[in-house]
Amino acid sequence: MLKDNDRIFTNLYGWFDWTLAGARKRGDWSNTKELLQMSPEDIVEVMKASGLRGRGGAGFPTGLKWSFMPKEVKEKPHYLVVNADESEPGTCKDREIMRHDPHKLVEGCLVAGYAMRASAAYIYIRGEFYNEAQRLQAAIDQAYDAGLIGKNACGSGYDFEVYLHRGAGAYICGEETALLESLEGKKGQPRLKPPFPAGVGLYGCPTTVNNVESIAVAPTILRRGAEWFAGLGRPKNTGPKIFSISGHVNNPCNVEEELGIPLRELIDKHAGGVIGGWDNLLAVIPGGASVPLLPKSTCDEILMDFDSLRDVRSGLGTAAVIVMNKQTDVVKAIARLSYFYKHESCGQCTPCREGTGWMWRVMERMVRGEADEDEIDVLEEVTRQVEGHTICALGDAAAWPIQGLIRHFRPEMERRMVARRAGQPVFPTAQAAE
Amino acid sequence: MSVKPIAEDQPANFTWTAESEAEVAKFIARYPEGRQASAVIPLLDIAQRQHENWIPMAAIDAIAERLDMARIRVMEVATFYTMFNLAPVGEWFLQACTTTPCWLRGSNQVMKCLKDKLGLDNHGRTVDGRFSLLEVECLGVCANAPVLQVNDDVYEDLDYDQTARLIEALQKGEAPAVGSMTGRQGSMSQDGPTSLVSLKDSDGVPPWFAERQAAGGGDD
Repeated sequence: MLKDNDRIFTNLYGWFDWTLAGARKRGDWSNTKELLQMSPEDIVEVMKASGLRGRGGAGFPTGLKWSFMPKEVKEKPHYLVVNADESEPGTCKDREIMRHDPHKLVEGCLVAGYAMRASAAYIYIRGEFYNEAQRLQAAIDQAYDAGLIGKNACGSGYDFEVYLHRGAGAYICGEETALLESLEGKKGQPRLKPPFPAGVGLYGCPTTVNNVESIAVAPTILRRGAEWFAGLGRPKNTGPKIFSISGHVNNPCNVEEELGIPLRELIDKHAGGVIGGWDNLLAVIPGGASVPLLPKSTCDEILMDFDSLRDVRSGLGTAAVIVMNKQTDVVKAIARLSYFYKHESCGQCTPCREGTGWMWRVMERMVRGEADEDEIDVLEEVTRQVEGHTICALGDAAAWPIQGLIRHFRPEMERRMVARRAGQPVFPTAQAAE
Repeated sequence: MSVKPIAEDQPANFTWTAESEAEVAKFIARYPEGRQASAVIPLLDIAQRQHENWIPMAAIDAIAERLDMARIRVMEVATFYTMFNLAPVGEWFLQACTTTPCWLRGSNQVMKCLKDKLGLDNHGRTVDGRFSLLEVECLGVCANAPVLQVNDDVYEDLDYDQTARLIEALQKGEAPAVGSMTGRQGSMSQDGPTSLVSLKDSDGVPPWFAERQAAGGGDD
């Protein structure tokens, strides 16, 4: 288990003072000026050496991403954009950072912005996080008042602005180019890539978009060194990470743990175990709604990191662990996600706009067993037609949960059809939580 | 994409209050010159807050004019994002999350309670105009599921009875303390902390930092 000394978010539970005074006491802003005396290249090298992979879902190496920014500022300014549009079902970690440890994010913006020669950071926070936005804005104001950001930030000679921008309710704005469109005052519809944001991003300027957690851990990595961070977790899956554990566990919670922790240990030690015991486990969605679920047999041994989960055809995603026990109507659980993707499709690409609705309608029939067995194959085929055929990954995200369901629970889907034809109840307990 | 009703009865005019004007100016200043369209979401939000939590068409015009945008561009944004209401909502605007993590923890019971206590279905509004209900997608509070957002505040760890308690309080015009309705602190395990215990008495100061300070690593 991760030692408390190696936890970055020491105020995860909100026990302590979140303001600048409290944050300083815990080590934030302690030698920022010194950090800004490093060259941008050196900061990027430390980030690369730490092995930090993006905490927003895709797991792309953060240092490498920063290195894509142009090495000098020409006529267009550079921007850092922080993705605080936390909306992936199951994910609730950035909220804890922003309301309990906001200065880690603000300081992270400064050092990350400096490393990419940016003139400003825009933090795009989902609109529903109203109180969290108030808190974060207060932290930004405190940092300005103390001269930590703004003109001559921390006395370093470097000028850097931090702006907060609230969204207004659209999951798709968590996709980085949709977020940029939204920030420019448009509908959140993803852009074609290339050009990538590092070349043509916000207002057509070089831009890097990073998740809240990726940015918030950067100052601690610079303070404690790349080796410290790389020494935690497993090779290529380094560092601590906040896990959000929800669903059928006795004690849902957020907790910071080492990457590579066994799923079972994570659930048993931190979330009080599965409701009804480990043997009552049916399946786990290990990384937020977009990744395929894992049946219990895989959950018994699986390690929670990017590569281990990829090897079992799922993903770490945002490390949002959604637990389902044997009382769950698993077809309904996935059908509800299909509705989510239908609701959140931006409508730009035909396979997604039409496909998400079609898949949801068929999934609803699957829940009731009102289908023939060969329609499962048709459904699977349609998910393959959506996957990879859209501008952004929402189409993939809508396809994968259904593919996972078919892969692991096809007998359950077929059982319902047989039961329905025989006039028997399709699912014995009508509602998972009742 | 959200599908939302647009009010038939529309006020003829919309004027920013002095308070709103100050906010509008503050937000426009956050974006580079010529990029004032970036402020469209903030301005829609300000208009909605000024106008009983819904945006009349006259406000759309005022925003389009202020930001030098075509009216249809502002309408596109106002209809694309779920948080903008284009028709009146209740004084207590309830948004119930029913996405899978909340559903697994019993969001159906929350919905049932709202039906029993207020007679509300999705998109419904009580006759007295005090409550309205919208079923929404994931609110990002999944470790405290199920949750109900009431105007700007999220109430967490609900079940049927806690939802009833919440609604009864709102009916009396008293909003309970925001957050967990079971009194849980943040998203810490309800049986007590499973991490950070050793830092509880040291104000969260991690040993590595305490050692560095003792060794003379100074503040700026």
